[in-house]
Amino acid sequence: MIEQEIYNKLKEHFGDAIVELKEAPPSDPFIQVNPERLQDICLYLRDEGDMLFDYLSNLSGMDLAENLGVVYHLYSMKYKHTIVLKVTVSKENPNVPSVERIWRTADWHEREAYDLFGVIFEGHHNLIRILNPYDWEGYPLRKDYKTPEEYHGIKVPY
Amino acid sequence: MGLLNKLDDPYYGGGIILGTLEDVLNWGRSKSDWYLQFGLACCAIEFMAVNASHFDFMRFGCIPRTSPRQADFMIVSGTVTMKMAERIKTLYEQMAEPRYVISMGSCANCGGPYWEHGYHVLKGVDRVIPVDVYVPGCPPRPEALEEGMIKLQKMINEQAIFNKRKRLREAEEKEKSVSDVVLSQN
Ligand code: SF4
Repeated sequence: MIEQEIYNKLKEHFGDAIVELKEAPPSDPFIQVNPERLQDICLYLRDEGDMLFDYLSNLSGMDLAENLGVVYHLYSMKYKHTIVLKVTVSKENPNVPSVERIWRTADWHEREAYDLFGVIFEGHHNLIRILNPYDWEGYPLRKDYKTPEEYHGIKVPY
Repeated sequence: MGLLNKLDDPYYGGGIILGTLEDVLNWGRSKSDWYLQFGLACCAIEFMAVNASHFDFMRFGCIPRTSPRQADFMIVSGTVTMKMAERIKTLYEQMAEPRYVISMGSCANCGGPYWEHGYHVLKGVDRVIPVDVYVPGCPPRPEALEEGMIKLQKMINEQAIFNKRKRLREAEEKEKSVSDVVLSQN
């Protein structure tokens, strides 16, 4: 299926929770969805007979200056089609439902997005830092992040 | 260096070597240095090449040890992150004296490509442990690391073992007086 068909089908099923389909050349077109119903949408995409998106090839965080975003790249092993989902949340309340139960790949990817962007994935079974030390402060890939002066008594800047 | 060359010396000849005990001890130490086996980043790939048969690190008498208790020196080969810095310090403290450190590559020397925007990178491993030999490069070629090893062997050969503190102090004073002379001339 092409993106437009997938979008139409999702729109039919979930109505307002599907915001829009956007062309974004040169990268793939993406479907903006509402974070509230993300889990239902993802389950539907994985299990519906003519979608079967059984593979989450990437999950990444984004800093959109005012908001935070999460991007999901899905792929179907059977039909060989792909789709990109995006959700945005505010920086004050960065809660996104976890898709870790739907695709196990999401486990570490969500921990990474939490570690570097501070997106909180609700329902994740073990949401702790994955790359930085556990006691690290702040979320380094946010655009307003400031490099700390020292870490455990070691000077950080050059 | 040193000791075996004396065999070729016409005055010593005949299979007899005369030398100080320090010479003998240093010779033994410099020719059987065992290193702590760990690699950190891309430099570790080059380090592995040095270990393999083509460059053959073992001809320097270097054998990899996986325990810091058995190691004589460590090669910090690559990017030292903040998380790793504390572990490197622990490893260094676990090594028995005498112990030496070779810092391999720009990252371990000064932060390398991460010097400005690397919030997570230690800007030079000498901020946590003392370094004896710096090998520059990103990554250094295997030959460069071998030269670093030769430098280290030379250093070990010339090190003081007996009356160490007194001799180190004397060397320091000598250096200071030389630099004083240079400064007064300017
Ligand atoms: S010095 Fe260069 S090659 Fe070595 S670890 Fe750093 S970036 Fe990698």
